[in-house]
Amino acid sequence: MRALFSSRHGTAADTVTRSSRGLEEFFNYIRGQSGLTILDFGGATQQNVNFITSLGHRIYSENFLQALRESFTTDADQANSKRIEHFLHQALDYPERQFHAVLIWDVLEYLAPALLTAVVERLQKIVQPQSYMLAFFHSDDKLDAVPYYTFRIQDVNLLQVDQHGSRRPAQLYNNRSLERLFGRFESVKFFLTREQLREVIIKV
Amino acid sequence: MWNKRKEQALPKLSLPSGGSASLFSVPAAVAPRPVEVKKEATPVSSNPMARFEPESRGGLATIGKAVRIVGQVYSKEELYIDGDLEGTLEAMEHKLIIGPNGTVHATITAREVVVLGSIQGNVEAVDKIEIRKDAKLVGDIRTARIIIEDGAYFKGSIDIVKADALKSASRPQPPSPAVASTPTPAGAGVSANPR
Repeated sequence: MRALFSSRHGTAADTVTRSSRGLEEFFNYIRGQSGLTILDFGGATQQNVNFITSLGHRIYSENFLQALRESFTTDADQANSKRIEHFLHQALDYPERQFHAVLIWDVLEYLAPALLTAVVERLQKIVQPQSYMLAFFHSDDKLDAVPYYTFRIQDVNLLQVDQHGSRRPAQLYNNRSLERLFGRFESVKFFLTREQLREVIIKV
Repeated sequence: MWNKRKEQALPKLSLPSGGSASLFSVPAAVAPRPVEVKKEATPVSSNPMARFEPESRGGLATIGKAVRIVGQVYSKEELYIDGDLEGTLEAMEHKLIIGPNGTVHATITAREVVVLGSIQGNVEAVDKIEIRKDAKLVGDIRTARIIIEDGAYFKGSIDIVKADALKSASRPQPPSPAVASTPTPAGAGVSANPR
């Protein structure tokens, strides 16, 4: 079995390269297609842009966490319906069924319940039926803080993960709560990694 | 010596020759409203100020940070924008640099685009686009090659298109002979009424 964290990359101590079954599955599903429109919530990174466009797809970059920081100053704000509406307008204002796939990464962990529900509802609208989304969740429910990552695609099953410190997650999830969260979608598939990270493929 | 220093500090502008209508609208800092200007066929940067080009940007037409332009800008040479621009910007065969103070709300077409400041609008860069650290671009990009530095902010879509395809798409299409309104000289071989 391949090591989850297979190597250190470069000189930065907080950068690792790791294999990802979830990413591999994600690309398996869209393999053989081209001209898809893929939404990336991780912001624009050279690696992701190169990788996605080299497969013949169009990438939409959305710096979800930056929009989150700019829209909400406290966790309590994430329950404010006006602020939620503003955030959706800032970060997810796309036509219905615009996207064929979404790289959500780990951003949903930072959303309080009201905002999370609104975001998942919006995702369902802007993503085409039968398409796929990839999301990551930490599975250790005793964590006070989770690492804040940038995910850079190296290959279909390989990610370079840059850690930029840690953040307090708004919620932590187990399989049951994830199934509930994505209950409106057609299917949810989990991959549990050694570092207690759940990689989740959601079929819309 | 003193005079030379003063002149070197001035930003270089692409101004029209012959005192005709301006290529760029360049309202003075005290002007209350920018003036919209029309395209002129030949931008000329050979005015006397060109001799005092800042060394770091030698050979570039420059729109300084105290300049605001509203309208259409066509450039037939490399262009550095460190001021504000609102409208459209075409530098089809040339490189365009948006400086760190540059704020552009425009649809942009250029051979190559380097962004250090801020762009809001769609960008078509035939050869490549570079979005440098701390730059901000909100809009859709069509280009053959893209470089995004860490720390840059980008929101929008990226279409990678071969440079040849972009060039042919950007090139103005010649009018169809059958509908050409220009009279055809006798013997030119083009007729709206073929025999």
